[in-house]
Amino acid sequence: MRMKSALAAAAVVALAAACGSGGSGGSGGEAAKPGEPVKLNFLSLAWQKESLAANKQLVEEWNKANPGIQVTYVQGSWDNVNDQLVTQFAGGTAPDVIHNDSPALSGFAADGYLLDLSDKLPAELKSDIPQQSWDTVTFDDGKGKQGVYGVPFLQESQVIIANKKLLDAAGVRLPTTEQPWTWDEFSAAAKKMTKDGTFGVAWPMKSPVNKTLNLALNFGGTFFQTAEGKTTVKVGPEEKQVLQRIHDQLYKDKSADPAALGQGTADPLPAFYKGKFAMLPAGVYLRQQVAEQAPDGFEWVTLPPLKGTTTQQGAVSQTLSIAQDSKHPDEAMKFISFFLNGPNQAKLAKGDWLLPTSVKAAADPSITTKENGWDVATASAKALVVAPFLKVNGFDEWKSKVATPVLQEYYANKITIDEAAKRLVEDGNQVLERYQR
Amino acid sequence: MKGREMRAGAMNRGRTGGLRRAPQYLALAAYVVFLAFPLVWLLSTALKTPQEMAQADPTWIPREPTLANFADAFDEQDLVGAATRSLVVALFASVITVVIALPAAYAMARYRSLVNRIAIGWVLVSQVFPFILIIIPLFLILRDMELVNTLPGLVIVHVTFTLPFALWMLQGYVRAVPPELEEAAAVDGAGRLRSITGVVAPLLAPGVVATLLFAFISSWNEFLFALVVLQDPDVMTLPLTLARFVGPEGVARLGPLAAASLMATIPSLIFFAIIQRRLKSGLMAGAVKG
Repeated sequence: MRMKSALAAAAVVALAAACGSGGSGGSGGEAAKPGEPVKLNFLSLAWQKESLAANKQLVEEWNKANPGIQVTYVQGSWDNVNDQLVTQFAGGTAPDVIHNDSPALSGFAADGYLLDLSDKLPAELKSDIPQQSWDTVTFDDGKGKQGVYGVPFLQESQVIIANKKLLDAAGVRLPTTEQPWTWDEFSAAAKKMTKDGTFGVAWPMKSPVNKTLNLALNFGGTFFQTAEGKTTVKVGPEEKQVLQRIHDQLYKDKSADPAALGQGTADPLPAFYKGKFAMLPAGVYLRQQVAEQAPDGFEWVTLPPLKGTTTQQGAVSQTLSIAQDSKHPDEAMKFISFFLNGPNQAKLAKGDWLLPTSVKAAADPSITTKENGWDVATASAKALVVAPFLKVNGFDEWKSKVATPVLQEYYANKITIDEAAKRLVEDGNQVLERYQR
Repeated sequence: MKGREMRAGAMNRGRTGGLRRAPQYLALAAYVVFLAFPLVWLLSTALKTPQEMAQADPTWIPREPTLANFADAFDEQDLVGAATRSLVVALFASVITVVIALPAAYAMARYRSLVNRIAIGWVLVSQVFPFILIIIPLFLILRDMELVNTLPGLVIVHVTFTLPFALWMLQGYVRAVPPELEEAAAVDGAGRLRSITGVVAPLLAPGVVATLLFAFISSWNEFLFALVVLQDPDVMTLPLTLARFVGPEGVARLGPLAAASLMATIPSLIFFAIIQRRLKSGLMAGAVKG
């Protein structure tokens, strides 16, 4: 009996302690009392080991140097950050500084949840980031006024990660940043490397939309057009180019590994290491996994982005924004300016194996070295332009309800390219219509 | 001589019995392997190097076992703190759920009236609404009550959402207790309260334990509500902490994730081990004859 009472008492103490560890019922945006430091909450989505360390180290540096503005590092997750933010914005408890990517900003900006940074950006930060990167964070505020709703700092381009041994054995011309492969050369090389059970390439297309749309810009394919203020879906010859070429590799040339088709981006890597296929078109960040996981003696190279009529690719950016409800927007801006200065962006880019938007960071020796294909990856940033779909209100719904199933069916050879185009346009316009009423 | 014959007979019976039972043991072994597979694979993954994890031909037993994944997981995240908070939330949520659900379930099972039928219908209807639909209004209520970012806030949410199904479960268990037992107790002079506490409650123990387990697991694993209710790093529960090993497009750091997940299963395994002995059925067999 005494034992039971003791356990019950312990339970009560445990809950009391747990209650005590709770916050004050709100996260960011609390006004500082006189004499107390301003407190900012920073929601970060860093998840790679090096990136996590770089983020934490920068916050620590800031807190040491700025006792009057203390930043709390809150780690979120890419998987569910937007569910989290929707609720926190609605409840007025969003963090002061928010890490996200540019496609998510458009909706939040239109709903008035993010602060327009146009008048707050320090000149040095503004001039260090090229205009095409600022374009990825410039959106309508829902009332017809354009504003800057984040500071873009990391971008991703699509490169090709290749098995060096198979590449050398095929005897094909090695592409360089100055003289990249055209899509025709790429297809020919993939065909040449397809032999003895080895495929030339693998296209993991579990999430096919962003990859297809970003690459479509190689041939000027934009997938959306705006006339008289109304945006509609467009799938013409330019948009069909990349779709058709990938489809041809799968079913006409048979140079693409069909086993990889339904896989996520990183899923084909074990087969890649085993030599089942020679080339993997992927975002630059995937180099991190290859560098970490590749078996001893496995040689790999990073090949530059392909060229259609141009090498242009659609880009989205990782961003830092300030919540509209933040009580300390000026302090938040100061923190962002420090966090995203040239040297710090280089550290963050290296940690995430992505490309910095900062011109100063792009010249940093640590991300221009030949090691792990950094020279090719960093140079590929020049081809990045704002992804046209970024400005389309309703893109997310079009992507999930229309484009993803249609492209998956097309790449699985279940429908023709004309059927795919018809559905992307007709079903897509129905979705977009609702957002433009 | 007789004794030897008897022993031989018993041995033969044992042999044939064993043979007859062989398929049962085989099926049982297969089932155990099936159940244990995820845990074994988790352990194996947690001990592998990134290179071994990315092999096209997976290995069961790590060739070069490493504890680096555990070191990374514990180094980067406050796993012990998160597990403690999860445990506290799950224990309180499950106990409170059962305490509230038990008398309600008794009333639902024993008293037949229009109000009762409406209440049962409402419990079912309440299960129809998807979480995402109610999460914002719920968040606003919690904010006004100053319960956002607190563990009691999360306990209340978990209790609210576990309660309807717990009620439904317990109601079934109460129905399974024959009313004749209570009538017999009444004949022996026991009042309503005495017959509930003295007769019904002990027979309901397995049902209460099953409901407790259900409520505990629901709360232990719950992610979405915790995600929106808890915001400060020092109040986050285990599912939120585990999600931090996952990056964009579902790409995950498998090693640390497996190590952290393995650690995350231990408290619930211990809880199960303690409580499962109570999860017995058949207590009422033969209680009422004729």
